[in-house]
Amino acid sequence: MPDWTLLVVLALLGAATGLVGTFAFLRRQSLLSDTLAHAALPGICLAYWWTGNKSLAVLLTGALAAGLVGSLWHTLLVQTTRLKTEAALGVVLCTFFAAGIVLLSLLQAHAGASQTGLDRFIYGQVAYLTDEQMLVLGAVSLALIATVVVLYKELKLFCFDPDYGQTLGFSRRFLSLLLSTLLAGAVILSLRSTGVVLTVALLAGPAAAARQWSHRLGLCLLGAAFFGASSCIAGALLSFHIPQAATGPAIVLVLSAVVALSIVCGPARGWLWHFLRSWRFRRRVEYENALADLFRLAEAQPEAAGFSLEGVARWQQSPASRKRRVLRALVQRGFIEPAEPHRWRLTHAGLRVARRIVRGHRLWETYLAQNLHLPADHLHRDAEAMEHVFSAETLEELARGLQYPAHDPHGHAIPPAEQEGQDA
Amino acid sequence: MSMPTDLEPKQVHPVSVPPVEIHDLTVAYHARPVLWDIDLTVPEGKLVAVVGPNGAGKTTLLKALIGLVPWASGWVRLFGEPPDRVRGRVAYIPQRASVDWDFPATVLDVVLMGTYGRLGWIRRPGCTEKAQALSCLEQVGMAAFTRRQIGQLSGGQQQRVFMARALVQQADLYLLDEPLAGVDAATEQTILDLLRSLRDQGKTILVVHHDLQTVAGNFDWVVVLNLRLLAAGPVEQALTPQVLRQAYGGHLVILDHAAHVRLRREQGQE
Repeated sequence: MPDWTLLVVLALLGAATGLVGTFAFLRRQSLLSDTLAHAALPGICLAYWWTGNKSLAVLLTGALAAGLVGSLWHTLLVQTTRLKTEAALGVVLCTFFAAGIVLLSLLQAHAGASQTGLDRFIYGQVAYLTDEQMLVLGAVSLALIATVVVLYKELKLFCFDPDYGQTLGFSRRFLSLLLSTLLAGAVILSLRSTGVVLTVALLAGPAAAARQWSHRLGLCLLGAAFFGASSCIAGALLSFHIPQAATGPAIVLVLSAVVALSIVCGPARGWLWHFLRSWRFRRRVEYENALADLFRLAEAQPEAAGFSLEGVARWQQSPASRKRRVLRALVQRGFIEPAEPHRWRLTHAGLRVARRIVRGHRLWETYLAQNLHLPADHLHRDAEAMEHVFSAETLEELARGLQYPAHDPHGHAIPPAEQEGQDA
Repeated sequence: MSMPTDLEPKQVHPVSVPPVEIHDLTVAYHARPVLWDIDLTVPEGKLVAVVGPNGAGKTTLLKALIGLVPWASGWVRLFGEPPDRVRGRVAYIPQRASVDWDFPATVLDVVLMGTYGRLGWIRRPGCTEKAQALSCLEQVGMAAFTRRQIGQLSGGQQQRVFMARALVQQADLYLLDEPLAGVDAATEQTILDLLRSLRDQGKTILVVHHDLQTVAGNFDWVVVLNLRLLAAGPVEQALTPQVLRQAYGGHLVILDHAAHVRLRREQGQE
């Protein structure tokens, strides 16, 4: 069982990378963090080779320096050649990572693999952090969090509209440099926990997950900090229970689960809500169609007491169970009542809904015929779709625009407007 | 860079200081001139349309005015000062397509950005700023949408949000890049009405505009650009058939080429 200090440091680390990662995500710079992380490996090796010192501060300084060289090289590639940003990032990433692996092999051959502990930077390992190392990680995390909190407004403006920000006096160049610095800080933070290979997950994952939950930047940031912190802790705990397990993959697996869950359940743009909304709409369309059909039947035979849906074309094609379900639901909701065996009539509430639907249908047919000059046999299908989506205001605007017609192009009477609309 | 003719303008009496003064301005992207040798003075209190064919440098002119693109030569004075000294008096509306509308922000968030310049670094908008933002949203007819995510708005509504963001800056000079492109008729009317009322308050407004048909009747002044300044002045005087032929007729190929060659030589690329 790890001690509490480690868990607190991991929470801070996860929150810091989540916050910074959100801004990188919004600037579409997530891939840059991946390149910075891979570029860090040769820096770590060289720092160790030169100083013979394994302290985290020295190694991370080497990582930062190498990351800086990598990003400068990237900028140079984009500016002087015709390489696109992504391709240039790929070039830098591969070259530095390959150099790092070669250096690592050389060092390990000389000093012995387990001696250096440098291989912990490839896949991440938080099990053997010393107090001093935790202090370094905790301090850098706090510095990143504080910067994001203090400069939230400026970073938001820069990520949304940097040119406009510049015209307000918020230097585009300075903020770009600031964000790159924050990103480099977040990358070196996650080197020891997720390792160079999987660092991008800790920067992009929490942001991608949080974006599914909210349309507001403040809430996205809180969510990303929370997801980052909890994934780090959960991943570390998981890796302690698997012998010889690296921390990086464990954190990334937890994070991937969080992202997957968010994509399915997130209220802002999750599949589940989307599915639920579309299912509700389809069910409403079913009910409204049934009510409108009963209304049309009553129009045709005003003297009959009740009607069945048997004769209506669209219900003949669907299974009997569906028809029974719809009718039962409409009785339960008080929109229809049984008149005689297997015959129903609209209640007052049902009549109001049916009138609104039929009114929308016939007004739209009139509109299409008058303004778009569509022939009479082209109107019905479009009106079938539109009748369910009109709001009360749109419907009245449409009626006003058509100067309150009494009949549709087929000669059917258009029901007058109700005082207030009501949904099924 | 600084030629004898580029000497700083003499300080004149503040009353007669024009809101926009451009002298011998050249702007180039990668040795390709986009604006060449522009001289222009816009008087105060005018609603000005900036027209010209695609790639004529209209957007670049606006960006050069506020220092968003570097000048290769020449100078710009706004209210008699270098642009970065009068930021508080200038409001810029970029093209709608220049930002990511999927950004997690509400309508109110975006309009509040217009108050950031006054607030300066670190200070956050408070109740006063929110009230100002809401009143500007009301002016553009978007008060009902304050909590809406900006990606869920129509193109016209997005343009109104940008308009409200500029209004909340309470500027004296407005620079708008294609505010009427791809918007519905109601939005066009709202924006034109607002611009006219700003003009009537004595503000100066430069609008990059794509539709020559609607220049007369809606604007007081017109600036016709095609790499060079072809005409500038009251609409009825400046917008002559001859100027339009010059602007849209493709007579500038040789001139364009000459400028291109000159700049490449100067930058040591040939």
